[in-house]
Amino acid sequence: MSGTATLLEVSGISVTFDGFRAINNLSFSIGAAELRAIIGPNGAGKTTFMDIVTGKTSPDEGSVLWGEMSQNLLRMNEAQIARVGIGRKFQRPTVFEDQSVAENLLMALKAARAPWRVLFWRPGAGDHARVEALAAQVGLGDALERKSGELSHGQKQWLEIGMLLAQEPKLLLVDEPAAGMTLAEREQTTALLVDLAKTRAVVVVEHDMEFVRRLNCKVTVLHEGSVLAEGSLDHVTANPKVIEVYLGR
Amino acid sequence: MAIKPGFLSKNPSVLVFLLVLAAFTLGVTLMSEAYGAGVVSTSFVKTLGKTLCLCLIAIAMDLIWGYTGILSLGHFAFFGLGGYMIGMWLMYARTREIVLGSQGALPPTPQELQDAIATQIFGVVGTSELPAIWSFAGSLPAQLALVVLVPGLLALIFGWLAFRSRVTGVYLSILTQAMTLALSLYLFQNESGLRGNNGLSGLQNIPGVGADQDHLSIWFLWASAGMLAAGYMLAAFVTSGKFGSVMRGIRDDEARVRFLGYSVESYKLFIFTLTAVIAAIAGALYYPQAGIINPGEMAPIASIYLAVWVAIGGRGRLYGAVVGAAFVSLVSTWFTGGRAPDLNLGFYTVKWVDWWQVLLGLSFVLVTLLAPKGLAGLVDLVQGLRHPNRGGDPMGPGEGSLREEEAVE
Repeated sequence: MSGTATLLEVSGISVTFDGFRAINNLSFSIGAAELRAIIGPNGAGKTTFMDIVTGKTSPDEGSVLWGEMSQNLLRMNEAQIARVGIGRKFQRPTVFEDQSVAENLLMALKAARAPWRVLFWRPGAGDHARVEALAAQVGLGDALERKSGELSHGQKQWLEIGMLLAQEPKLLLVDEPAAGMTLAEREQTTALLVDLAKTRAVVVVEHDMEFVRRLNCKVTVLHEGSVLAEGSLDHVTANPKVIEVYLGR
Repeated sequence: MAIKPGFLSKNPSVLVFLLVLAAFTLGVTLMSEAYGAGVVSTSFVKTLGKTLCLCLIAIAMDLIWGYTGILSLGHFAFFGLGGYMIGMWLMYARTREIVLGSQGALPPTPQELQDAIATQIFGVVGTSELPAIWSFAGSLPAQLALVVLVPGLLALIFGWLAFRSRVTGVYLSILTQAMTLALSLYLFQNESGLRGNNGLSGLQNIPGVGADQDHLSIWFLWASAGMLAAGYMLAAFVTSGKFGSVMRGIRDDEARVRFLGYSVESYKLFIFTLTAVIAAIAGALYYPQAGIINPGEMAPIASIYLAVWVAIGGRGRLYGAVVGAAFVSLVSTWFTGGRAPDLNLGFYTVKWVDWWQVLLGLSFVLVTLLAPKGLAGLVDLVQGLRHPNRGGDPMGPGEGSLREEEAVE
């Protein structure tokens, strides 16, 4: 950790689905400008962990605290958590296929979210410029008016990343960003994530070891709902327990 | 509501719609018995005026279902409640006129007057007491406010309970239908204070207005057209900006909208209540033209018809809802009015009064399966014919010049 204050502090959370313990006394924390990779075999609880942080699932016990004020995220719903500054990118690209790239980005753009404010909100010149800049950044500069349903799989991934950036979150949770991307796109994604982590916290959940190696960051290994090892990639891959449950297979 | 200069140019369908509606209204006026050639009978003017009100509630249905993806089967309950609210004033004030007219030389005391009115209105259900909910029936402004407030408040409370528990999809549809059925059954009781299954009648007579039905019908046509125009513009405004994006986002993937920081439940509640109020206003204009309202009007089947209109017209675009409601309800009037000629098949004679529902159901199934865009899809077809997707380079400098492919033929 680079000496900055803790942004997200998850301590001792557990959650059980129909008798199956998906998360077991898990603790995790991340600083305000840090890149972290979470790896682990299927069923290790990676997605459930993200669901808890973003408010989709509530844990049976434990606490999730946010920011300098130590706000309790467990008391907030998904929309409120998104508004305090946690953005999430799903594994499968989820963009609004019926709407244009510009409409998708405008919807994500950081602005008031209450119905009355949104009803009378009209984009100004600054908002249009911001949308164009974001689209250019994710390589969709000339596709603003296209329906996002027409985009290729990789382009949808990028559009979703663009929407995430438009939200200007303080913490990004990114689920398998490299899935379905070409080699060149993976390299672009790596560079972008590393760059973003200079100004905010980024958590990447990933299966692909090569991708994680390129991120060159601290790694948390999950297994059966709790942290198995934490440290640099070389450190954790040398850990015999990690080799046994994950890498050895 | 401030409409910026670019509003009409950004929403060309609004301008076209307003022009068509204005031409229609003017045309009917010039052919009416009151103001024109007398080609169109007063009863048909009323049918057309009522149809415009149905178009207005279809817009509400399109907002909640076509744009937001909530299949509400309760909007005719709000329509009926709007009708009841205005009907109470119409009936009270009209009865008051009659009672005052039939009095002798001595003017009645306020108590005598109220008792006489109550006896007139409620004699049919065996009481002569004016129920508490009729307290404001003597005041037109109060009842007009209730047209908006009662359905709006019901929608707000019902929606808050339903959306807060995240009831979605078919479960929400069933819940709205249950609400409609409960309301309808409640109003069927004489104790409800709204004359049970007799409903309210004589609503076509407007108290304090001496004009005959020929003129009144045209005035109501104008009012219905004006309200439809206002409703259409409001709906276009709501759906055009980011709010419309959020609505369609909720329809397509509400979890994703939540993770963008939008409180989906507040949006649903907002739209549910807004559309309930639009439906109530449509109902308040409809029933004075129909002349009578009873709880049967609010039966769940009415709300299902509403969904059928919007589906046949084409959901997700405003003119689709209007076209669907106008087309299906007018055709329905023709078939059920006994004017459609029977179809003699030799072994069986198809009487359309009985078979119309089967035909409507069949069309609904066919439209859903084969043409999900509904009648509004025809507009796309026409536009496709006007702007064919011609590839290749133009063969000449003009815009309409032939292109390579065409020259080959």
